[in-house]
Amino acid sequence: MSLNAKEVAEILKALEASGFDTLELEMGGVKLSLRRSGPMTSGVAAPASTARDAAPVLAPIRSASTSAAPASTPVAVPPGTQAVTAPLLGIFYRAPKPGEAPYVEVGQRVAADTIIGIIEVMKLMNTVRAGCNGEIVAIPARNGELVEYGEALLFVRPD
Amino acid sequence: MPLRSVFIANRGEIAARLIRTCRSLDIRTVLAVSEADRDSRPAHMADRVVCIGPGRPADSYLRAETLVQAALSTGCDAIHPGYGFLSERAAFARLCEQQGLIFVGPTASQIEAMGDKLRARTEAEAAGVPVVPGGAVHSRQDAEQLAPRLGAPLLIKAVGGGGGRGMKRVEQLTELPIALDMAAAEAGAAFGDARVYLERYVARGRHVEVQIMGDGCGGAVHLGERDCSVQRRYQKLIEESPAPALAAPLRHELHDAALRLARRLHYRGAGTVEFLVDADAGAFYFLEMNARIQVEHPVTEMVTGLDIVAEQLAIAAGESRLTQEDVRITGWALECRINAEDPARDFLPSPGTVTEAAWPAGEGIRVDTHIGEGSRVPPFYDSLLGKIIAHGATRTEALQRLETALAVTRIGGVHTNLDFQRGLLADPAFVVGGVDTGFLASRSGNV
Repeated sequence: MSLNAKEVAEILKALEASGFDTLELEMGGVKLSLRRSGPMTSGVAAPASTARDAAPVLAPIRSASTSAAPASTPVAVPPGTQAVTAPLLGIFYRAPKPGEAPYVEVGQRVAADTIIGIIEVMKLMNTVRAGCNGEIVAIPARNGELVEYGEALLFVRPD
Repeated sequence: MPLRSVFIANRGEIAARLIRTCRSLDIRTVLAVSEADRDSRPAHMADRVVCIGPGRPADSYLRAETLVQAALSTGCDAIHPGYGFLSERAAFARLCEQQGLIFVGPTASQIEAMGDKLRARTEAEAAGVPVVPGGAVHSRQDAEQLAPRLGAPLLIKAVGGGGGRGMKRVEQLTELPIALDMAAAEAGAAFGDARVYLERYVARGRHVEVQIMGDGCGGAVHLGERDCSVQRRYQKLIEESPAPALAAPLRHELHDAALRLARRLHYRGAGTVEFLVDADAGAFYFLEMNARIQVEHPVTEMVTGLDIVAEQLAIAAGESRLTQEDVRITGWALECRINAEDPARDFLPSPGTVTEAAWPAGEGIRVDTHIGEGSRVPPFYDSLLGKIIAHGATRTEALQRLETALAVTRIGGVHTNLDFQRGLLADPAFVVGGVDTGFLASRSGNV
């Protein structure tokens, strides 16, 4: 037996509504491996189009850190640092998926293209990059919470 | 289920207006603001503000997914779209429906039905509402068969949208083929839909619209009509309710026609059915239906004493109890739109910072605005600064009050149409009442 696209969509819905992060399903020679808030891994037997629809889309978004006015964000910028701000409104995730290590930590050095987190907008995952070189001094944005456009995600002491 | 928390997906005076009613109903408000509106007056009024993106509407107020995400993440149970922006985008209403958010407005399919001008025409005809003679044309052959029956001049209109785009006036039938190609190309570029239809051109008419509220189950009441004939390039400048110089039987026919259409659609929420009225001939034609709250809704509120936003929220919550008997028209109301634009430079928008804002107050006067001293008028949005509304026992009294109100209004720092509006109110033809949509053009021709 096999799964059709509609059934896969039903399973995805069930996973989304559940408290689980991953789902492994084997039945009649079909192996389905699903994971929340992360890239799809191998072993996916779902039709390609369904898998693409269901997989979070990782679209690189240039950080708006230089264009957003720091004064308009509620968090004060520590002296000698610059804010890396949210390039769009959405849910901020510090790690690629729940339970995994965060992309970056305080004290770590970042380069302009270093991924510092993910912002989710209606199931669409957008990676956020630092946009500058330096050392992370603080991370005011909280994992899993709403960040507004222009809100400070982290503070970096530039090189 | 009463609404607890409403997300406001709009800006400017209508955002302030929506917050005011929510507050009176003890409903929490979350306001979406663009970066340009962070410090706006509505932003200071809302219970919570979320910044959704940069100033350009395409990056903020038109981002359906961002707005829905923001509404969900801030615990709202409904979204009020106001007017403009996403208010008549069926896809936005559908996204709200799919995400379990109440869209304060009609259903997505009702928005679709009225957004397709040809379908709206067909629905109106089916409801027994007169339409301007015309019809769909799928080919040049179609057009060449239909046009002689309508006679010149006639209009070619876009099925996919309004606002004058894709619209061509044909003076002589020999011009038809070229005009048809041009209209289709323009409509295709503007709306992604090249379909057009033909209508007889009605040269002289008044714009009269009927405010309706539908319960979504086939029931509907009307809140009287508004005359919005004072227009410049399809933009309304002065509105009033009731419509002046309209015989009672014709007035009732308009109300009934609007109700027939609303009931046929099982329309939900506030809507406006627009008509072109030939008062002398006692004839009227359906123009279109606007599936949202209108800019000019306050004149209706002033003569009915009803709060249209509160009624919208009640319908959205499934708690509407409004009946036709509750609607009583008392006195007269007129509204002037005050815009940041320069009449001396062909009404060019005039963004900037408002250095002085003295709005009028007094008996029968209402002002809907988001502008105070120090307010910024960003270049990204429409130029509406506020609306001054006057109510009186008679049209004469309301008009006098409005003239006095405009006389004491002072807006500095940006150009406004205040003087222009003062001139219109004093125009003898307007004072008599019942001007048609050619009023402004003929007036500027005389100056």
